Amino acid sequence: MVKRRRGALLAFGFALAAALLPSGGARAQTTVTIATVNNGDMVVMQRLSSRFEQQNPNIRLRWVVLEENVLRQRVTTDIATRAGQFDILTIGNYEVPIWAKQGWLAAFDNLPAGYDAEDILPTVRTGISHEGKLYALPFYAESAMTYYRTDLLQRAGISMPERPTYAQIREIAEKITDKNNQVYGLCLRGKPGWGENMGFVTPLVTAFGGQWFDSQWRTKIDTPEWRRAIAWYSDALRQFGPPGATSNGFNENLALYAGGRCGIWVDATVAAGLLFDPKQSQVADRVGFAPMPTGDFAGGPTWLWSWNLAIPATSKQQEAARAFATWATSKEYIQLVAQENGWVAVPPGTRRSTYDNPEYQKAAPFASFVLRAITEANPTASTREPRPYTGAQFVGIPEFQGIGTQVGQTIASTLTGTGVEQALRGAQSATERAMRQAGYPK
Amino acid sequence: MRETAAQRAVVTILGWGVALLLFFPILWMFLTSFKAEVAAVAVPPQVLFEPTLESYAEVQARAEYLRFALNSIVVSLGGTLLGLAFAVPAAYSMAFHPTERTRGTLLWMLSTKMLPPVGVLVPIYLLFRTLGALDTRTGLVVIYALMNLPILVWMLFTFFKEVPKEILEAGRMDGARTGGEFWHLLLPLTLPGIASTGLLSLILCWNEAFWSLNLTSSEAAPLTAFIASFSSPQGLFFAKLSAASTMAVAPILVFGWLSQRQLVRGLTFGAVK
Amino acid sequence: MSTTVAPPLGALPGQADAPERRRPVAFFLLSPSVAVLLLWMAVPLALTLWFSFQRYNLLDPTVGGFAGLDNYEFLVTDPDFWAALANTLVLVGSVLAITVVGGTLLAVLFDREFPGRNIARLLAVAPFFVMPTVAALVWKNLMMHPSYGVLGSVARGLGLEPVDWFADYPMASVIVIVAWQWLPFALLILLTAIQSLDSEQKEAARMDGAGPVAQFFFITLPHLGRAISVVVMIETIFLLTVFAEIFVTTSGGPGNATTNLAFLIYARALLQFDVGGGSAGGVVAIVLANVVAFFLVRTIARRLEV
Repeated sequence: MVKRRRGALLAFGFALAAALLPSGGARAQTTVTIATVNNGDMVVMQRLSSRFEQQNPNIRLRWVVLEENVLRQRVTTDIATRAGQFDILTIGNYEVPIWAKQGWLAAFDNLPAGYDAEDILPTVRTGISHEGKLYALPFYAESAMTYYRTDLLQRAGISMPERPTYAQIREIAEKITDKNNQVYGLCLRGKPGWGENMGFVTPLVTAFGGQWFDSQWRTKIDTPEWRRAIAWYSDALRQFGPPGATSNGFNENLALYAGGRCGIWVDATVAAGLLFDPKQSQVADRVGFAPMPTGDFAGGPTWLWSWNLAIPATSKQQEAARAFATWATSKEYIQLVAQENGWVAVPPGTRRSTYDNPEYQKAAPFASFVLRAITEANPTASTREPRPYTGAQFVGIPEFQGIGTQVGQTIASTLTGTGVEQALRGAQSATERAMRQAGYPK
Repeated sequence: MRETAAQRAVVTILGWGVALLLFFPILWMFLTSFKAEVAAVAVPPQVLFEPTLESYAEVQARAEYLRFALNSIVVSLGGTLLGLAFAVPAAYSMAFHPTERTRGTLLWMLSTKMLPPVGVLVPIYLLFRTLGALDTRTGLVVIYALMNLPILVWMLFTFFKEVPKEILEAGRMDGARTGGEFWHLLLPLTLPGIASTGLLSLILCWNEAFWSLNLTSSEAAPLTAFIASFSSPQGLFFAKLSAASTMAVAPILVFGWLSQRQLVRGLTFGAVK
Repeated sequence: MSTTVAPPLGALPGQADAPERRRPVAFFLLSPSVAVLLLWMAVPLALTLWFSFQRYNLLDPTVGGFAGLDNYEFLVTDPDFWAALANTLVLVGSVLAITVVGGTLLAVLFDREFPGRNIARLLAVAPFFVMPTVAALVWKNLMMHPSYGVLGSVARGLGLEPVDWFADYPMASVIVIVAWQWLPFALLILLTAIQSLDSEQKEAARMDGAGPVAQFFFITLPHLGRAISVVVMIETIFLLTVFAEIFVTTSGGPGNATTNLAFLIYARALLQFDVGGGSAGGVVAIVLANVVAFFLVRTIARRLEV
């Protein structure tokens, strides 16, 4: 009995020792840790990265693939505490200028000539530059557009205007909604979050003539412009939207639309590549597209988002990290994806050469349309009244993650019965509080 | 007790009905993991379908399951053993040599467990950075041990409390010293309690999803991080999510089933009189 | 209870001075744990206290300095703060009620003999072993999803509109998910407690003419007192900090319908990276924990002879 117990104790001890010993194997090569989002294009990048390792046998890649919200929190904690866990970060054009300003990112100067940085679309390049230097390399980029089901509109005997307005979108949605067959006229982002529903709501408010802050950083949410915009949003989505709209973000709506449940969907242009791909969409032959709808204020900032690869200033593997970041955003990488998965599946929106390619134009009927949307995007344009911040579907200040998410929650509650006026009063005071806490106006 | 056939039938139906109802979400997850993505979202849901392993293949192609699973095993086991190593002596001395402050100490320990971890993430992260403990199994083992320590101490305390004092007294008359007393008298009596405390700690460590996500990146990432890379990606993902979930849950579920009698025996050791 | 040894009679030789001699040993045994715990509790606690009086935002190194009580004022004047406190209590209270009542009934049920009882029991306790993230993901996507979920299909099969759970009944949905995970735990413990009940006692009661209902209330339920205390104690500790289930399903909404204290601290501190404000939230949470602990002492811990 006693002996057996000793044996067990010994085993416990070994297990403990094994647990406490440092993990890891041979360290002869350079190891690069890449933090990325679990979006489709990044999953492809991870799969194809073995080619990079074959070409660069002295570099080993380690992947940390996380859901967007988790990744963002994880990466921000790490870079803000300068802990240096990652060598390459996947971040948006919201973060790049803010983090570059803090000195947290390494600049990409002296890029190899073969990389052809001039090929990157100018608007995208501007979005990830700070004081004239590139602080990240774009992996894919998007603007926003309106998708609609040509067959449903045809059956209803209507057509989509060349440049639809929000009022027209609502009328069409009403005519094509058929809830008995689970076809919902209008799908929009409803899931709360600064990068989810507020990504749609912010441009919507701009189109109705509103904005977040005036030039003195005074909060302008409890205003007639916001009230009209949110009334349109909440009313249209409740009447013609799918059930569970408050859980639907980009991904959920994509799944709904690809499954034939949505009549109209206003969202990022990157969805086009997936909706027109018969392997991923049941309605690939019935997708029509139009520009983002407009309201009574035309002009104004337009949607531009890019996912980019950036290198933290604290990374100890700058050279190897640069090698990978340039590889994954290069023309050759786009060619590689085209060979493997077809041209319609290449990461869009970053390089003119992609759009000049006749094969891409053939595979992607939306190519020239998306190119125009991105090259004409202007996230720094003024709202109806002057504003002290940039960004079309976000506000380019560090506090926006928290504020946008909180207001997003309040906006989402208008879909479940909270009155628009009450919601906006709450959002106004919450935003004022948060801005005061953050020390604005600065 | 004699039952009529009707009573017996009602009890059988009720018992199985409740059991299947509670198990249904897990069963459905298991079934969905063998569906093709399109079949997984079919309306009405398909009960009969052609099973496929493509979701498992896809999940495995994107993340090396075994590496995550190994980390989960090592970290849960390490955290549990380290936790027990601290908790057993503490509970022992509290139960057998109580002072006026024992009760206060115990409750204070328990109350610290009620602090939401999000509140201390940044201080801990800074601490881990300074110590170089980020993304190491050692760091996670220490965190897990500390995280569960209050519960372990409290549970062990209630077990030790139940040991009849007379046994120890009898032992003392035989001249056993404290150390000997512990090994020869107490351990055999309380082993079920210690074992079940350890089992509970293992389950809690395995399922912990806040520290494991925030303090690891790749080397030490356990299965909770594996799951976080399959929740809510683009396109259809229900089957892949189900496959990944099944892979993450299966080991601890099987383990829990095998050990549930032991787990309960200890948990109720102090509760049953 | 104890079976073997007879109680000692009178003072035994050497017993009087035993505590004196043993105290250093006890101290030696206790001190590592307490020291480690102190370190673990005290270091973050001290840091949290310190940060809670500072202006400290990770995203903006230009802001700094002593903040006085500003961070606390910011927190308690937040209209969501009181809602979050209420939500925390509703969540804890509802799940406790469901699991204790449901667990007791199920324990009585599974105490009865029926064919395949052991297998049915294994199935019923399974949810306890599922990690909270997975539980939330499965319920959200496979069960409660209004278009693809099983519950929606059942509703349609009955000719009803599918319920949009997380929009229309957000708190109830979260409660269902959390209760689903903890009901098996209550069942496990209460079942064992019931099985330890003397069949002789039951037999005697039956002979006295007590019906099954009377038996349950006068024999079984009093017998379960301590087991129920254990369930309540352990569950309370975990339910006060429920996070993953809310993060995955509703993100605290719609509005603030499902924001509990843990989630509020996350939303205000971690999303903003406002370390000062988040630390103030942490301190408030510790105070709340101690209040709860105080009530636990008065009601439950006493029964556990702590």
